[in-house]
Amino acid sequence: MSPRPSLRGAKQRSNPASVVGAAGLLRFARNDGLALLAALFLAAPALAQSSLPPSRYAYAQLEDPRKEAEAKALMETLRCLVCQGQSIADSDADMAGDMRALVRERIAAGEKPEAIRAWLVNRYGAWVSYRPPVEPLTWPLWAAPALLLAAGLYLARGRFRRRRR
Amino acid sequence: MRRLWLWLPLAVFVAFLVTVAIGLRKPPETQIRSQMIGKPMPDFALAPAVASHPPLAAADLRRGRPRLVNVFASWCVPCKVEAPQLEALKRSGVPIDGVAIRDRSEDVAKFLAQWGDPFERIGSDPDSKVQFALGSSGVPETFVVDGSGVIRHQHIGDIRPENVPEILAAYEAAK
Repeated sequence: MSPRPSLRGAKQRSNPASVVGAAGLLRFARNDGLALLAALFLAAPALAQSSLPPSRYAYAQLEDPRKEAEAKALMETLRCLVCQGQSIADSDADMAGDMRALVRERIAAGEKPEAIRAWLVNRYGAWVSYRPPVEPLTWPLWAAPALLLAAGLYLARGRFRRRRR
Repeated sequence: MRRLWLWLPLAVFVAFLVTVAIGLRKPPETQIRSQMIGKPMPDFALAPAVASHPPLAAADLRRGRPRLVNVFASWCVPCKVEAPQLEALKRSGVPIDGVAIRDRSEDVAKFLAQWGDPFERIGSDPDSKVQFALGSSGVPETFVVDGSGVIRHQHIGDIRPENVPEILAAYEAAK
């Protein structure tokens, strides 16, 4: 068992630009202790953050509490681009901080939250938003609860009727 | 017939399990492609990132010739890895501009001195605004922009030697 082939295989599949890429590399190399170590080592640079201090509104709230509430609600439904499993409100990544700053500055400038969401969706796709849009692809998703409830009511009705007899 | 109907919930449940199993086995898609391909470069005018290079503005990217825009940072390790490939692209006659994300002037200068300098212009994007406008989700990323300023191609992650031909092809196609 030599570590090289699997290391090479892992390297081809990884995307050092993202932490998740490193995780994929890890998964790919799990059969090989050495490669796993290498993967852990390689994962460290992916977490590299810049030396610049965070943007002003990355951690500071807006002065107007109503606007801050609007911004907060939006930030909780926007996905962090580098962490992928967190909202930008939850992430400490530099990029999430810059995205919070972007959201707060635009809200402060009077832009509507849904316009900011649309701006980001135009750039990153619906992926960036945690709120699934209503479109042909997601109709089953939105229709499923109603359909299941209807089916349940129908079944229940059948049962009650039988019992009354 | 009624008997068959009784099996329906189980069938639905099994179908659900199969869907989930297939979804779990498939490796997750970790690259977020920019939706800006085929759209004009968003307007921006950045401050210079280093004194040795002129700054970058969107207007510099619609001067009739296609260009590469490399989104990089001195603190980004894969950006060092792709430096020889950017150098090779430059040698084949591809003009390259840079956008330095969240970077200090002295760090960029050090980075260029150490890893090579393929750039004509470098703009400083201290709060990632231009990166967001481009639909870029990390460093490094490289965009091919045609002569009229329309984004034609996006390469996510560091440019490996085997990626150079595809970027050259995208550059030629943008002419």
